[in-house]
Amino acid sequence: MLSTNLIILIPLLPLISFLIIALGGKKYFPNLCGALGTLALLGSFILSLTVAYDYFFVVGKVNDIYQQIVPYKLTWLQFASGISIDIGILLDPISVMMLVVVTLVSLMVHFYSLGYMHGEERFATYYSFLGLFTFSMLGLVMSSNIFQIYMFWELVGVSSYLLIGYYFDKPSAVAASKKAFIVTRFADLGFLIGILVLSFYGETLDFQTLISRLTTDSTQLHSITAASFLGCSALTWGLLLVFMGGAGKSAMFPLHIWLPDAMEGPTPVSALIHAATMVVAGVFLVARLFPVFSSSVNAMDVVTWVGITSSFFAAIIACTQTDIKRVLAYSTMSQIGYMMFSLGVARYGGENGLGYMASMFHLFTHAMFKALLFLGAGSVIHYVHSNDMKDMGGLRKLMPVTHITFLIACLAIAGIPPFAGFFSKEEILQAAFHTNKLVFCIAILTAAITAFYMFRLYFNIFWNKSFHGHNDEHHGEAPLTMKLPLLFLALLSILVGFIPFGNFVTADGKQLLTEFHLSFSVAPVALALGGILLAYSFYKKENTAPDKLAASIGGLYTAAYRKFYIDELYLFITKKIVFNLIGRPAAWFDKNIVDGFMNLLATISMQVSLLIKGLQSGKVQQYAAYYFAGVLGFVLLFIYFWT
Amino acid sequence: MNEISLNHYLFVSCALFFIGVYGFLTRRNLITMLMAIELILNSININFIVFNKFLFPDKLDGLFFTIFIITIAAAEAAVAIAIIINLYRNYKTIDVEETNTMKF
Repeated sequence: MLSTNLIILIPLLPLISFLIIALGGKKYFPNLCGALGTLALLGSFILSLTVAYDYFFVVGKVNDIYQQIVPYKLTWLQFASGISIDIGILLDPISVMMLVVVTLVSLMVHFYSLGYMHGEERFATYYSFLGLFTFSMLGLVMSSNIFQIYMFWELVGVSSYLLIGYYFDKPSAVAASKKAFIVTRFADLGFLIGILVLSFYGETLDFQTLISRLTTDSTQLHSITAASFLGCSALTWGLLLVFMGGAGKSAMFPLHIWLPDAMEGPTPVSALIHAATMVVAGVFLVARLFPVFSSSVNAMDVVTWVGITSSFFAAIIACTQTDIKRVLAYSTMSQIGYMMFSLGVARYGGENGLGYMASMFHLFTHAMFKALLFLGAGSVIHYVHSNDMKDMGGLRKLMPVTHITFLIACLAIAGIPPFAGFFSKEEILQAAFHTNKLVFCIAILTAAITAFYMFRLYFNIFWNKSFHGHNDEHHGEAPLTMKLPLLFLALLSILVGFIPFGNFVTADGKQLLTEFHLSFSVAPVALALGGILLAYSFYKKENTAPDKLAASIGGLYTAAYRKFYIDELYLFITKKIVFNLIGRPAAWFDKNIVDGFMNLLATISMQVSLLIKGLQSGKVQQYAAYYFAGVLGFVLLFIYFWT
Repeated sequence: MNEISLNHYLFVSCALFFIGVYGFLTRRNLITMLMAIELILNSININFIVFNKFLFPDKLDGLFFTIFIITIAAAEAAVAIAIIINLYRNYKTIDVEETNTMKF
């Protein structure tokens, strides 16, 4: 049923669109490039839906367990028997789900950008980058080999770099793209070492073989758990290093510093890359290796605590930011933290896998409402021409569609029933409640803060003071190409919560029935409503209460506003410590020792040349005299010393 | 003393060779230098003939070498004179002291 050629087409269509636009399209038919990219994505999306239908309802299930299917595999680099880098496709519940999410959000963003990016000078280039990104992301989620995922991992990194730096004439955008690239590259160094550790002991790079070897009783498992370094087994080290790569990409504390700055890119890009798809790659990676992760308690604890710390930390910062995209960036980081700790508290198999299912569910719903939030914010920015919420207010009458859809997304992310976020957040909280009460408490507090800052954003944009930006006759809310994706995503944000996710995506492929406890959901919903009410009283009308509160907690507010000085800390470490202690001595060594040696060689050659250059006088007879003298010398040598 | 021996021939050839070398090193006129080279070549020719005659009287190898050398010397003289003519066109002189621009 699943045709291999059609599956391969899913990532190839965006790649083809990228190649056509980049190689000739942007020169010869720049205005059609947007439509071309959108059509290619539409094709991918339809194919993804077909594949998802086939997988979930026709071929995927054998004996009530969803199987991993490898419809295509090409051995590319064979290092030794059993160790090879393959290019393949691995279909299992999470990769099929991600196919749908990525193509859906990407399609929405492609369509939205037709309006949002209209008239941009590098419109065609923008679409080519979008195609490249979508190809890389689809390749990433379908990877059957851990090295293949690493290659696509870097490809999404580079497309993210290109798109953040899209407005390359803005110094801040250039700095942000460099920062994103360097921070994620630094994390990927850990990822690479982690891959090497795991594959060295597992003696394979293939996901399925690796997972089965490292989870069942085998010689490889014995060797990797026997080897230890600094008190942890090689297995834990390998997993932690792989998680470092995932944390870098997913903007987990303390590698999160690139994500807020990445908002320098065009807003639809933020929706696609820095909210819905690429930043959840870290969660996806942990989920992909979940059976291995769950066998190491230490690694799971690290995942849990990094997740919950990022989640709480980002939620606090989000309350103080005034740039609406930055608020959304921190909220993304907070929600990804949710997914992370949810994975961390889960265990493999049966009821213990609730956290895994909840995490994937939240990934799915979050992609919908966060993309919607970003696209809505894009629509607002398009109208107001500013990112700062101080310039906004009272927009609800002026932009009715954006207002309603944004409100739906805010309700979804705050976890108000019956919107999508409520269901997935409920599952996560339940998973945390059953395993770790402390994590649960922080999580529920974070949920309340989330509701507060999202509605702070909402009231500040659409209520509060009245809008007095441009008084001239305006172009209206937004073109239809921008409104349609908003409406579609809003519809999804309402509906996707009702999907019985446990039937489809679980850690072991078996069905997981989730129970709905009314009494359990009272507390989170009440806290979320409290957060909303607080935001309502603070920001519904222009008043001084927020400022008073900010002044009364003084230092804490400033610290949160300055993002807890993490950026400054990094700058201190790099500029003061790394540059002075490593960079400068290395530069001195290079300039004086390495260059000095080369200069010495050059000086010697020059002096010798100066000494003997007189020999080349241009006088033929002098040369002849040397020649005869030489011959005479040889003759004498042969006569008297030849034995 | 009534017979001309190998050494006599070799003495003549050796003298001719060094006269040629001396002429090549001291003369400033390129044509004269070319003539000096011809002297050197001819001293070699004498050597070939003489060694052939005295050491291998029943063979003709030395003779053939000489004939080859004379032929090639003729060609070489033609090339040398062509070079000298070109030199003259450029420098208006064939004095070897004046044509020393090919140097460091």
